[in-house]
Amino acid sequence: MSEGMTKTAARNIFFGGTIFFFVIFVSLTVQSHFYILNESTDVATLTESVERGKRVWEKNSCINCHTIFGEGAYFAPELGKVWIKFGGDEDAEGGREALKAWMEAMPTGIEGRRQMPQFNLTDQEHEDLAAFFEWISRIDTQNWPPTPDDE
Amino acid sequence: MKYQTQRLAYPYFIAAMGLFVAQVLGGLIAGTIYVFPNFLSEILPFNIIRMIHTNALIVWLLMGFFGAAYFLLPEETETEIHSPKIAWIQFWMFLLGAVATVVGYLFGIHEGREFLEQPLWFKIDIVIIALLFMYNISMTLYKGKRTAVAIILVMGLWGLTVFFLFAFYNPANLALDKMYWWYVVHLWVEGVWELILAAILGFLLIKLTGVDREVIEKWLYVIVGLALFSGLLGTGHHYYWIGTPGYWQWLGSIFSALEVFPFLAMVIFSFYVVKKSSRNHPNKAALLWVLGCTVLSFFGAGVWGFMHTLAPINYYSHGTQVTASHAHLAFYGAYVMINLAIITYAMPHLRGQQPYNQNLNMWAFWITSAGMCFMTFTLTAAGILQTHLQRVLGMDFMEVQEQIALFYWMRLGSGLVVVLGVLLFVYAIFSKAREEQATAG
Repeated sequence: MSEGMTKTAARNIFFGGTIFFFVIFVSLTVQSHFYILNESTDVATLTESVERGKRVWEKNSCINCHTIFGEGAYFAPELGKVWIKFGGDEDAEGGREALKAWMEAMPTGIEGRRQMPQFNLTDQEHEDLAAFFEWISRIDTQNWPPTPDDE
Repeated sequence: MKYQTQRLAYPYFIAAMGLFVAQVLGGLIAGTIYVFPNFLSEILPFNIIRMIHTNALIVWLLMGFFGAAYFLLPEETETEIHSPKIAWIQFWMFLLGAVATVVGYLFGIHEGREFLEQPLWFKIDIVIIALLFMYNISMTLYKGKRTAVAIILVMGLWGLTVFFLFAFYNPANLALDKMYWWYVVHLWVEGVWELILAAILGFLLIKLTGVDREVIEKWLYVIVGLALFSGLLGTGHHYYWIGTPGYWQWLGSIFSALEVFPFLAMVIFSFYVVKKSSRNHPNKAALLWVLGCTVLSFFGAGVWGFMHTLAPINYYSHGTQVTASHAHLAFYGAYVMINLAIITYAMPHLRGQQPYNQNLNMWAFWITSAGMCFMTFTLTAAGILQTHLQRVLGMDFMEVQEQIALFYWMRLGSGLVVVLGVLLFVYAIFSKAREEQATAG
């Protein structure tokens, strides 16, 4: 590989190839951008409450214990579909109450159990966070995560 | 040291080492919380300590890159750094900003996207710092000789600066947020940072082996070409399950599988060059870090990355301890080790000590690397078990965590070894050289 090629040739291949692959990458990202807006997410229901809920998620650095669609820390459970886990898809009011009750009971202080801090969310923040979880639970994630229970 | 302004690297390397120690101590606390969940749970919860662990890593690696650039560019371009004053301003803006940010984390002041938790003012600070730095080194390159090492380094650093700007785009749509978040995270560590890594590697091999620059620079273009040809579309391996189109499963699998090759090329290249070496350079420790860097980055980034990068496998392993095992060895092998290599090489020059104090440094190499490898093995075992129990058998997350608790104990043990290795390294590079070791080599 290295004997047959001059340094100038190697350099030109590097610059040319990089531009080539970068253009393809950016083009596909643009395509994916519109796919997200039109296909995989429900933009029409992305309310201000959902957006505020995302800020609640960020303000409390939830991602540094939990994962969301598999990204984050691996210290605490995945939350991409937590809305469904808490039954919110069938009974929205029940899902909201269950999430709120769960968070308000933290930390349990039980010896030897991982502790979730008490974040002292307001009622509004609880509602917004639930709206965020509800909205993301409907994102098309190519059937991730695997759900062996259902089979 | 041929050029006065190479000394600008010194404060950067000192600060980098301070933050390195903070990073591994943060890791040690996080590892302790895994086995004693009630440890510090009220005053220093896991999410805060993890932010300190990851952010201190990023900041110290950047400190190291800045220092490396100031150290090697004058020699490469055969000219002094354009403005030492800018280098000093940039240094203090970065160090004080980073310290204030970490203290802020302790009081819950942070944003909330992974690795980009820095408050807005520090993100703006980082952009100003990066632009000052880029102006300074670009002017240096413009005035001086434009070698391939210098061009690739400056290109990588420009890429680092440009892609960081995506840190300011945080849309309400989570899928969009994630897609562009990877423009910073992936295009840094699996893209432009590899250019910085290759440039420092090339510089060190030229200095340590005396092999002809033409040969080394040709290899460098091949390596960085392989890195970007595979790594740009390789971003697709993060676009499998976040709301992006299904075709990324094909593109991401194919191109990210090819990401092994730049790292394989680095191993072959570095051993080939060392074999051809005509020079018996006295800094054996630096050479050890260089070779160790190519080998462990090949395993950590290359092999451990490939292990879970194919979409049908990643479907099950995504978001488990498998990812953690890969991340630890990849960061250590590639970016930690190249920094420690250039610091080991530069320190005797910067401190004006000819007799190298190397035995301790080489002990630090073996202790730290052994600790990191064992940590990677324990997390890999934990991750494979977790994948099976949770994603195949469908057990509950917390139940699975109890099943793999043994591995977290072993991880904590290996973490302790790493901390000892790091402390030994810092002691070795800052302590006084002992005369008898100078003759031993």
